Amino acid sequence: MNNYELMVIFTPVLSEDDFKSAQKKYQDFIKENGGSTVATNPWGLKSLAYPIDKKTTGIYWILEFTAPATVNEKLKIQFLRDEQIMRHMITKLDKYAVEYNHIKRNGGFPVHKAVEA
Amino acid sequence: MAKNEIKYLTAIKQEKPKKKFCRFKKYGIKYVDYKDTDFLKKFLNEQGKMLPRRLSGNSLKYQRKVADAIKRSRQMALLPYVTDLFK
Repeated sequence: MNNYELMVIFTPVLSEDDFKSAQKKYQDFIKENGGSTVATNPWGLKSLAYPIDKKTTGIYWILEFTAPATVNEKLKIQFLRDEQIMRHMITKLDKYAVEYNHIKRNGGFPVHKAVEA
Repeated sequence: MAKNEIKYLTAIKQEKPKKKFCRFKKYGIKYVDYKDTDFLKKFLNEQGKMLPRRLSGNSLKYQRKVADAIKRSRQMALLPYVTDLFK
């Protein structure tokens, strides 16, 4: 059971409830395959740094989950098939990353991060 | 001797360059998050290109982590590949 972090960019034309149902669909998909979601963090509509297939904005969604290693391949097929998704990325989290996300979620970061700005 | 060559009695004191340090070792940062773009922007120049180690002062291990994080955020359109004066 490894920790993964998934970031997905949906087409901006997606309505709010489609966005919610897509989130639910993928979380259930992970649950079926023996994984579990740790945290979900929809950023919503955000402007992209460069246009992706002629669109300059996208709906971002970040999902942190733990799953056996075999799930990612199936997940990728689902993403490639779904045409609402412009781009997706799954990153493996090591223990420092998990700890970083944990701190970030509840209670922000210790002040030293701001000091070295 | 050239007319305009000015001779100084004592050598000009060059301004000692600020001692560079690796901020990751100093502040004990262990993970570079690719979503944290304003932190990553410190390691990019105006064109959005990555700063080399001699300018960013990072140690090798953390320079690679920063490079990975920058490439990931570029992939997910959080940072541009190339731009002008985006800072």
